[in-house]
Amino acid sequence: MKQHKRFAGFCKRNRHILYIVPWIIGFLCFQALPMLYSLLCGFTDFHLFRGITKIGLMQYQRILTDAEVLRAIGITLLYTGLVVPLKILTALFIACLLNRSMKGIRVFRTLYYLPSILGGSIAASILWKALFRDHGFINQILSLLHLPEIAWLAEPNAALWVIILLRVWEFGSPMVLLLAALEQIPTSLIEAARLDGAGAISIFFRIRLPMISPVLFYTTMIQLCAALQEFNAPFVITDGGPRGSTTLISLLLYRSAFTEYQMGYASAMAWVLFLLTTVLVGVFLLTRNRLVFYQEEGGGI
Amino acid sequence: MKRRRYHVIYGIILLIGAVILLYPLLWLFSSTFRENQAIFTETGLLPSSPTLSGWKAAFSDYGGQINLLSAMANTYAYVLPKVVLTLISVTLTAYGFSRFQFKGKRIWMLLLFSTLFLPQTVLYVPQYVLFERLGWLDSPLYLPLIVPAALAGETVFIITLMQFFRSIPKQFDEAARLDGCNSLQILWHILVPMLRPALISCGVLQLLWSVNDYMGPLLYIKTPSRYPLSIFVKLSMDADSGFQWNRVLAVCCIAMLPQILVYFIAQRTTDSPIATGGIKG
Repeated sequence: MKQHKRFAGFCKRNRHILYIVPWIIGFLCFQALPMLYSLLCGFTDFHLFRGITKIGLMQYQRILTDAEVLRAIGITLLYTGLVVPLKILTALFIACLLNRSMKGIRVFRTLYYLPSILGGSIAASILWKALFRDHGFINQILSLLHLPEIAWLAEPNAALWVIILLRVWEFGSPMVLLLAALEQIPTSLIEAARLDGAGAISIFFRIRLPMISPVLFYTTMIQLCAALQEFNAPFVITDGGPRGSTTLISLLLYRSAFTEYQMGYASAMAWVLFLLTTVLVGVFLLTRNRLVFYQEEGGGI
Repeated sequence: MKRRRYHVIYGIILLIGAVILLYPLLWLFSSTFRENQAIFTETGLLPSSPTLSGWKAAFSDYGGQINLLSAMANTYAYVLPKVVLTLISVTLTAYGFSRFQFKGKRIWMLLLFSTLFLPQTVLYVPQYVLFERLGWLDSPLYLPLIVPAALAGETVFIITLMQFFRSIPKQFDEAARLDGCNSLQILWHILVPMLRPALISCGVLQLLWSVNDYMGPLLYIKTPSRYPLSIFVKLSMDADSGFQWNRVLAVCCIAMLPQILVYFIAQRTTDSPIATGGIKG
């Protein structure tokens, strides 16, 4: 009887967990258990139609000797290393331009964000393909300027840049965050610095940049994770070509899982990508205290 | 006076930047009215010999099973319920996490935040196998695309809403409780109206992302008559690459229009619907 009462009390105290039960179910069914499943799958030769015949480390050994996969990892890292800084710097530059109180600035903010809402859409990728085709819009502009035309989509060195440019064009999401952070800097701080004789450049590097560094750090990390997983743009614009120069790891993963049905190999690849992401994010987090300025600790500006 | 002139010059610079940035979209729009040969010879915005053939061809059937309008209808038929269910589940979860105490809350919270950096790529294979075993592949109800979102799968929105909940003083809850409201009534009558701007922005973003989503439909929808817009747009390019570019571009243009429209409407109704957007890609 007493125990029953205690149990009833326990339930009553914790009854509000009911609010998060839908999330818990979703988390377990569609995130946690699939993760575990994919980890186990990576240690088998699971084929969607042939099932499992062997268990072991062979998929990971295969990755280490598969030149195509290693190259794809290299290209993914190169792509990430180029697109993240370019996108963040563009976003930061535009955010600074738009961080001003004047009439009509909201219209400009809306317009500058517009490319981002088309974001990962297939239509935007197709538009890009049309722009960068032989004799496409970009090449017409180049020849108008008497510059040599570039075979953007056929030249291995150029194709990756087409994808990078598409993603940089969609700088809106980091921009919005950075803009919000810039607006939160108290104007008194800027004015005080100005009275002390600081110029625009030193105000930017000594005050604005440190003040927005937490947001800058956070948004860079998000972009890093997104870039490592890029799929739509290379899939639509180049389909991995020319000569495999835009075959990111996600494309290879898609191919081995859903055109060759090698679920085991694809799972192993997915975990390699996952570990790569974790390591990069981890390294990034370790440098946080050096890179990010926290107001509470810093104190005297 | 000097300040005003400075503002005008600044405005002009911003305008030039915006035109450069949006020129690809403007070019896309004008090219849909061009002859196919003209698309790759003209860089201006006015077509030299305007034609509606691209737009007409855009609406024609593709393989007899799907056309642009039915693909669009398919898309919004599952995206709209998805958005509504996302908002409900995400609000309940954020409410639970930010207003109540229960056993294990810290661990669940930690797990919630860790999913923010969980790459979707890792989940494709196991989720595909799961949905296949459940018999959800090619489901006429688009279950694989809706159910995970309906169970608050988008962590970003939960975290955003938690921040908004935190900004609402708990005195509102207390007052309503004294008036005899239970916790669900407090949420519905007191907190949801205050959260309206945040909910609109989450809803708009979920709508845009879901319409853009390509990988999901690519994996889980097999029957051509059920194809959503993103698949249809890709197909129309694959079928026409090389010749009917005005048709392809018209399809792209029509596919983009509802999104741009939703964005501008949302921009007018709330202060800043896109502020949440920075959180993801």
